Amino acid sequence: MRTPLGQVRGLGAAKAGTEHFWLQRMTAVANLPLTIFFVGVVAALAGSSHAGATAMLGAPWIAIPMLLLTVSVVVHMRIGMQVIIEDYVHDELLKLLALMANTFFAVVVGLSCAFALLKISFGV
Amino acid sequence: MVQLTLPKNSRLVEGKTWPKPQAKNVTPFKVYRWNPDDGINPRVDTFYVDRDDCGPMVLDGLIWIKSKVDSTLTFRRSCREGICGSCAMNIDGTNTLACTKGMDACASGGTVKIYPLPHMPVIKDLVPDLTQFYAQHASVEPWLKTDTRAPGTEWKQSRDDREKLDGLYECILCACCSTSCPSYWWNGDRYLGPAALLQAYRWLIDSRDEATGHRLDELEDPFKLYRCHTIMNCAKACPKGLNPAKAIAEIKAMMVARQF
Repeated sequence: MRTPLGQVRGLGAAKAGTEHFWLQRMTAVANLPLTIFFVGVVAALAGSSHAGATAMLGAPWIAIPMLLLTVSVVVHMRIGMQVIIEDYVHDELLKLLALMANTFFAVVVGLSCAFALLKISFGV
Repeated sequence: MVQLTLPKNSRLVEGKTWPKPQAKNVTPFKVYRWNPDDGINPRVDTFYVDRDDCGPMVLDGLIWIKSKVDSTLTFRRSCREGICGSCAMNIDGTNTLACTKGMDACASGGTVKIYPLPHMPVIKDLVPDLTQFYAQHASVEPWLKTDTRAPGTEWKQSRDDREKLDGLYECILCACCSTSCPSYWWNGDRYLGPAALLQAYRWLIDSRDEATGHRLDELEDPFKLYRCHTIMNCAKACPKGLNPAKAIAEIKAMMVARQF
């Protein structure tokens, strides 16, 4: 029985979204050079031995951009997926669970990559 | 989840084929029909329009059908010259105004296919329920808001500032853009849609308005504004040649600009 205007106003503006929008653009810009770098590293690693690969990935000038790439890509992936979930999942409970699972997945992937890179770098 | 198939009672069935007039120049019309009173699924009726007995536009054909073949055919129309926005419908696969779309401009093999504006509740035949659409327009408070005492004459505006309203003020609220937008289809209950946002920007960019910050506050929302993913169907559909997607991008730019 709510009036149409009442329905449209709903719970009001969340006063959020711009930071999300900006972060998506910023990580997109960061991903561009970092991904090109990543493709170069993968190409350079082709055919190398395990020892050769870990030596290369452990070098600071490779490991640091790889860590940056991990952070940027994982953040971009998480907020991009969030938008898709908000677009298409309309059941409120399912939506919240999916958003939570999305964050968990991104954190697990990001931390695992970072751990692997650091382990190779510091060799312990 | 998003419902991609139509509910059972909305699935289209083959409709009636109305008699062909004894005429030289005939164009077939396939028209969506639905009557809330008969309990039957929506159907697509076939009409044959005598082109020598009516004008060249799709609306002329519909009016000819209503007066010569089936008076129960229901659609909105008023000005017949693209300024009232009443006769917006989905013609030949695109949302547009029946009064400015020529029958000859319909590509599908000479047949004119007409459906109501997509993804809106249908009231009858080609008449969609636009209640929510109008409420969304009202929600952006589309009027001049000032705290300064009104001047004795008019609010002054420079020529340059007035030109910023070009491409915005021409909107006739026909709903072609909003109902062509997938984001509006999936989240029309929370996303304001391109038409309302273009109108919001028309007031945001008006040099005379003093409520810019408040207007931005009211739009800063993941759904009201940021459901726009720059799909651009709105700009493609607009029968007035406006670009709501650009207006929305300008709102987002204002949102970013006030952060830094």
